[in-house]
Amino acid sequence: MITVLYRKLPTRMKVFLTIIFVLFMILMLFLAQKKLDTYWIRILTLIGIYGIMAVSLTFINGITGIFSLGHSGFIAIGAYTSALLTMSIQQKQMSFFLKPLIWPLNSIQLDFLSATIIAGVMAAILAYLIGYPSLRLTGDYLAITTLGFSEIVRILILNMISVTNGPLGLKGLEEYTNIWWPWGWLLVTVLVIGSLVSSSYGRALKAIREDPIAAKAMGINVTKHQLTAFVVGAFFAGISGSLYAHWLTTIDPRPQTVGILLTFNILIMIVLGGLGSITGALFGAAIFAILSEWLRIVETPFKLFGIQIPAISGMRLLVLSTIFIIVMLTWRRGIMGRSELTWDSIYNFFLRLRRKQ
Amino acid sequence: MERETVLKLDNVTMQFGGLVAVGDFDMNLEDGELVGLIGPNGAGKTTVFNVITGIYTPTKGKVIFRGIDITGLPPHYITHLGIARTFQNIRLFGDMTVMENVLVSQHHKLEERHADKILQKHGFEPKVVGKGWFWKSILKLGYFEMERRMIREAEELLEKVELSDLAYEKASALPYGMQRKLEIARALATEPKLLLLDEPAAGMNPHETEELMEFIKKIRDDFNLTILLIEHDMKVVMGICERIVVMDYGRIISKGTPAEVRNDPKVVEAYLGDGSYA
Amino acid sequence: MRMTLPIFLQNLANGILLGGLYALIAIGYSMVYGILRLINFAHGDVFMMGTYFAFYGVTLFLLPWWLAFVVAIIGAGILGFLIDRIAYKPLRNAPRISSLITAIGMSIFLESLAVVIFGGIPKSFAPPRIYPKFFSKMLQIGSVRVQILTFFILGITALLIIFLIWFVYKTKIGMAMRAISTDIATTALMGVNVDLVIGITFAIGSALAGAGGILWAMKYPNVNPYMGFMPGLKAFIAAVIGGIGSIQGAMLGGFLLGMIEIMLVAFLPRFAGYRDIFAFIILIIILMYKPSGILGAKLEEKV
Repeated sequence: MITVLYRKLPTRMKVFLTIIFVLFMILMLFLAQKKLDTYWIRILTLIGIYGIMAVSLTFINGITGIFSLGHSGFIAIGAYTSALLTMSIQQKQMSFFLKPLIWPLNSIQLDFLSATIIAGVMAAILAYLIGYPSLRLTGDYLAITTLGFSEIVRILILNMISVTNGPLGLKGLEEYTNIWWPWGWLLVTVLVIGSLVSSSYGRALKAIREDPIAAKAMGINVTKHQLTAFVVGAFFAGISGSLYAHWLTTIDPRPQTVGILLTFNILIMIVLGGLGSITGALFGAAIFAILSEWLRIVETPFKLFGIQIPAISGMRLLVLSTIFIIVMLTWRRGIMGRSELTWDSIYNFFLRLRRKQ
Repeated sequence: MERETVLKLDNVTMQFGGLVAVGDFDMNLEDGELVGLIGPNGAGKTTVFNVITGIYTPTKGKVIFRGIDITGLPPHYITHLGIARTFQNIRLFGDMTVMENVLVSQHHKLEERHADKILQKHGFEPKVVGKGWFWKSILKLGYFEMERRMIREAEELLEKVELSDLAYEKASALPYGMQRKLEIARALATEPKLLLLDEPAAGMNPHETEELMEFIKKIRDDFNLTILLIEHDMKVVMGICERIVVMDYGRIISKGTPAEVRNDPKVVEAYLGDGSYA
Repeated sequence: MRMTLPIFLQNLANGILLGGLYALIAIGYSMVYGILRLINFAHGDVFMMGTYFAFYGVTLFLLPWWLAFVVAIIGAGILGFLIDRIAYKPLRNAPRISSLITAIGMSIFLESLAVVIFGGIPKSFAPPRIYPKFFSKMLQIGSVRVQILTFFILGITALLIIFLIWFVYKTKIGMAMRAISTDIATTALMGVNVDLVIGITFAIGSALAGAGGILWAMKYPNVNPYMGFMPGLKAFIAAVIGGIGSIQGAMLGGFLLGMIEIMLVAFLPRFAGYRDIFAFIILIIILMYKPSGILGAKLEEKV
């Protein structure tokens, strides 16, 4: 007789623990804001933004198994939408000197929260329009198509000067993104996507990832579920784009800002954390934020064993991509693999420890 | 007693380019029957399954399930209406637990409202329970109750098929025979009226095959099923099927009771001509 | 601008030229995809590396231009071989998506390596510093003026493609390549050293990409670490249009795409800024309605 080795905590207890944990995080962030210097505040803010990007991408790529390389396109749409909505009318008149901004964008200004939500909605609408025709493709074809879409978005931004200010980008955005906005939205992202993943919908999405044909045969509307996941992921990518723009305070259509390199960075996070794990994506985002900020050192002149080493531009990306390839070759499951760090798994970990003793 | 016709294939033809995989196929399955579909490799047996379950839309002909014309409906509709299947090469959701594999098959009861309308139109019991589950599952409004209910049903099913002990094992970690069984259990969890089994005994040893035969008969009675079965193991087909349909080159070459089919010279020729069953 | 016959012919020549370059790069994509079902994202960066090799062969090692070009092409081939050995070979039995992710990583790695080693500032690949001025002379043919370079590029492209076709269809290794693309496991059982053949495929595809890069830089004389990204993507699109996995398809797709791009810009100059979008739109339409491309074999999953 095999005894059931996995035990579950009562739901109430888990809700209670989650509330305690959230309160604890709020307290920690509050303390951080009081005590830490700007360098660490910057990293904490970045962890929040990257966290949203990584969780939303892993929801699409890792959990539903739609290998999308179009995340930067959704982030770009979100960034531009909200930037155009929050900029003051004078600021817009000043920036758009190549061509004037079209109506009605030239005469509205919204608060940051509404602008961010509209940014998410715009990204979601775009995802629906893209996903509807392209989700019948699979695997690498889908990857290249979504990459193509994100490039199309970038080229459109570059060329639609009367909406986006073209190559000059949008400058002088209000620095709304403090430490609270990203972490607040991160909480919403994790709660929404986490709820979905742990529900019957999450099981359906994972089933689609494992075997779309079998999932169909078990009564799952594969296209509809994939599209839903794609749209939900894009919504939060749009949100993160808004936060990102108001953190950078400037947004432009270079590949480094909203192109393939941004998608690549998010891909590093989710692969490092374990493709298909939300908690993994959060760990990945945190490690990436710290590592990439720390690697800025190698791009400024520094001393190694008493030898003056000049600034080497590009070194940061070289180190990151090397780490990325090594992770893929030697440690493909990443930190979490496809499992999640949940109250149940922590509880069971301690149960097992006790059993061993 | 007159039995209800569960499935009727009417002159079904499935063509791929110039190749006729299934041609002018007629078949009737009556309530509670256990029918075998046999034939040499490449005879088009699995194509018949794919046409019934909506993976292919037939080039010609009709598929009628309990009086509902299901020709050309998408697979998830057809599953919701009450046809479930297993696959020749096991297609479990390997990275998920046994329990999750079974739970996936209940998901359509939250979602398939369009297919449900078809059921109601034809006077059957609706299967969908409530609506707006997507938002409810995000906001956790009344969702926990649903989840508990689904888990309870899954537990009952696993109990019936004697897989309870393995409920929290990963599907890919199960021994081969258990994987075959889980595939059947997963199909049963969709609450089918008609079950299509594609070579359930493939790769099993004689002892496991023996058990499987008992199992198939048992689930037919416990779940009130009609079963259509593709199998190469003649012992299974002859042992449990009441009727047998023999295919070769996409066409029916013989049908009848096991005894009739066994003595049909055309069947012998089809197998001997093929060379692999001499 | 009015479209006169000479202008049309001029554009036609440019279209053939761009198409030939796309074809050279597309062949490498197609060969690798045909064998491993892998989109080798790093292919465009091998193209870039090959160009840098040629550039430094002339400017740093002071080789004669033609020798530098040959060395660079061989160097690109070796690079392709090494990429396969280091990054893709260990993942042969892993899920296909893992190799794809690694390929993306490899692409970014090569780009940042180029930034670190060669610097991010674009370099000029113009005569007479790199190759003789002779090539930029204009030839008057009827009413059309064509650079000698155009003929040179077309000639080399044609020679390389003829060599490749001979190699794939007339040699033992070519036969092994074609066998592997049909069934990798069975070919291994036949005693073929599959890894070596895959390595050679990478080497040849990469050498062609290197050659493409050099010819590209002769036409558009600007060498920078990101120069491979767009041509790489376009060449992949060309391979898909023609039918990925087929060498003839890659050539056909390359010429079609090059021609369409040049002609669209020529006839609709208002949309010149959107030029790069055309390729993606064509890709999406092809994938929707004929994912196997014009000459490709149909691949369907067995249920």
